[in-house]
Amino acid sequence: MDFRDTPEEAAFRAELRAWFAANLPAGWAERTPTAGLEDPEFSRAWSAKLFAAGYAGITWPKAYGGLALPPTYQGIYLEESARHDAPGHIGVIGLGMAGPTIMAWGSEQQKARYLSPLLSGQEVWCQGFSEPGAGSDLAGARTRAELDGDEWVVNGQKVWSSYAHIADHCILVVRTDPTVERHRGLSYLLVDMKLPGVDVRPLRQITGDPEFNEIYFTDVRVPRDSMLGAPGEGWSVAMTTLLHERGTLGFALTARFEALLGRLVDTVRATRPDGVRPADDPLVRDRVAALAIDLEALRFTNYRALTALVRTGQPGPEGSVAKLHWSEANQRLTKLAQDVLGPAGRIDGPDAWWGGFWAYQQLRSRGNTIEAGTSEVLRNIIAERVVGLPRSR
Amino acid sequence: MDFAFSADQEELRAAARRLLADRLPDERIHSAADAPDETFVDPTLWAELVGLGWVGLSTPDGGGTFLDEAVLIEEAGYALLPAPLLSSVVCLPALAGLADATARTALAWAEPRGPRTFAAAHAVTSTATVDGEAWLVQGSKCDVADLGCAERAVVLAMTPGGPALFRVPVEPGAARLQPTTDGTRRIGVLSLANVPADLLADAEASPALMTAMRRRAEAAIALESVGVAQRMLETAAEHAKQREQFGRLIGTYQAVSHHVADMYVRTELARSLAYRAAWCVATSESEPDAVTTQEVDVACAAAKAAATEAAVFAAEGAIQVLGGIGMTWEHVAHRFYKRALANEVFAGSPAEHRATVATALLGATR
Repeated sequence: MDFRDTPEEAAFRAELRAWFAANLPAGWAERTPTAGLEDPEFSRAWSAKLFAAGYAGITWPKAYGGLALPPTYQGIYLEESARHDAPGHIGVIGLGMAGPTIMAWGSEQQKARYLSPLLSGQEVWCQGFSEPGAGSDLAGARTRAELDGDEWVVNGQKVWSSYAHIADHCILVVRTDPTVERHRGLSYLLVDMKLPGVDVRPLRQITGDPEFNEIYFTDVRVPRDSMLGAPGEGWSVAMTTLLHERGTLGFALTARFEALLGRLVDTVRATRPDGVRPADDPLVRDRVAALAIDLEALRFTNYRALTALVRTGQPGPEGSVAKLHWSEANQRLTKLAQDVLGPAGRIDGPDAWWGGFWAYQQLRSRGNTIEAGTSEVLRNIIAERVVGLPRSR
Repeated sequence: MDFAFSADQEELRAAARRLLADRLPDERIHSAADAPDETFVDPTLWAELVGLGWVGLSTPDGGGTFLDEAVLIEEAGYALLPAPLLSSVVCLPALAGLADATARTALAWAEPRGPRTFAAAHAVTSTATVDGEAWLVQGSKCDVADLGCAERAVVLAMTPGGPALFRVPVEPGAARLQPTTDGTRRIGVLSLANVPADLLADAEASPALMTAMRRRAEAAIALESVGVAQRMLETAAEHAKQREQFGRLIGTYQAVSHHVADMYVRTELARSLAYRAAWCVATSESEPDAVTTQEVDVACAAAKAAATEAAVFAAEGAIQVLGGIGMTWEHVAHRFYKRALANEVFAGSPAEHRATVATALLGATR
């Protein structure tokens, strides 16, 4: 057991710090946070910089523009990124879900076509899994794909699809055989979002922002070779996607939580217009300390997961633990920030604290226990697959 | 970065798990907890632990570090070991260089009308005076954990130069055990009426040793609590896999299984914090420049707060999942629950430890 960087890891960390110092926009550390989504053009430009430096795909093979380093280095990158409060790569779905799935299941042709532009941020991906009638229950998906000559003809509706409004491609779970048992009738397509018949409609969220979308598919003709895996293997391919979603998520979420805890510390240490400094209130201090302990617990649980991954090659159950705990801790953190601001935290618009940053974060956090596996589903997974309780259904 | 115990440490864990499971079946935990003070100590089991080299592992002769002791302490919690392993491990920094580091030792710093937490230990009212060549200690110590089986105690007493550490024998008349809910760890009051004492460290050297012992105590209680939490999680899970109601195993009901899942989550998060604290303590002892004072203190405080609460959470969860049987004297769950409750308030409450974390993050209050 040793938490210190090896000489190689320390060198990588130093190189990263120098790179962030040289590449973040001037005055980045001193900027005032703002509410709302990152500007996509800014995200694309930043993603291209990350790609040029090799940091977009630290663990990816060199052939696709990665650095082929062990996952420990990805952890270091995310820690340093959080400490610099650096922007993220635009390819959230691509890097975390589409890319690893294409690497695991794709043909050489598919890998060559999709992976490099995904890593560079030139092409953005979205996810077409959830449907109005199939949320947590993916096996209930009803979007149809029927083979007609050399094309799959897709009809149906997907929902809760982040980035769909700017996406170039979609990882799409479709039903290709309605006659067999639920899981076995599914297939997995890589769909060009510019094809005729694809209609993206933004959904306004609780925050007021249209962060996610509905996607309607009407007679969309997808080339036959755009399938990942064989017809009927869609469930297995989708499980690869979800394993990666939860496997690599812990570090990224913890990094975001660390950055947000820093903002919380700034907020409680500021003196309010009424002269009160929340950091002097022992009840506030206790809640901040509990959140700091949550952060440390998440951080070191990720480290244990990473060590297990490096040693055994298999992600352990820690990913579900980290996601579940992070989501609830993030809700507590953002609520505490709003609590200490008092009525001022409810003000929107130009008069709001940091442009409404905390109001936005607090409302957005309610989605944390729903997206990427609801807390109920994650508790089922932990109870059944980790603790070994009998299946609930 | 490498966050796993070594293969040797995992072997030590497996050996401890096997031995303690064999020596401490549920009946033995019950009989130890209910034993009168005079027969509470099991010298055979202690001799066995000493014989295996598991006491004094981090002394130069022991050849190990606090990380090896961490593995044993977690297993002692899992087995609810009614022996003073924890106190003996905590006292080791003060006993460095002494031949008999394997004697059963208790740490006595708290006082009925003096300090109750480590943070206040400097305000000690017991005194030590020189009588010719020898030191004599007088005063009263309370909350002395493991006093019920200690042969000697490490005590903090005021000297003309400031608080200093002494070793005193625990004479039968001087120790008054107090009945407590947690019968598996006997605590009590130690009355010292001009007792001849060995000076372990003078006023100049003692504060650093007190810090080392405080850190060990916080990390060790966190580790023991992880063991307690793990045992309670398993107890609840095993019951939920076997017990049927309304024609189904109760583990299939999500009201039950989600409760168990939460026990697992809290235990794993506490485990990460406790192991991290153990590494910080071990590293602060072997390579003091490799970790900062604040890093070690915050890691220990965070682990103590979170792990003791996790153990209480897991034990309360187990009692709930067990249902009526969990409320009986006959079931072993209440023994673990009482240890969990005792650990939560011993050597600083969770709120006091969170205050330490808050000060590191926010600075002092104005």
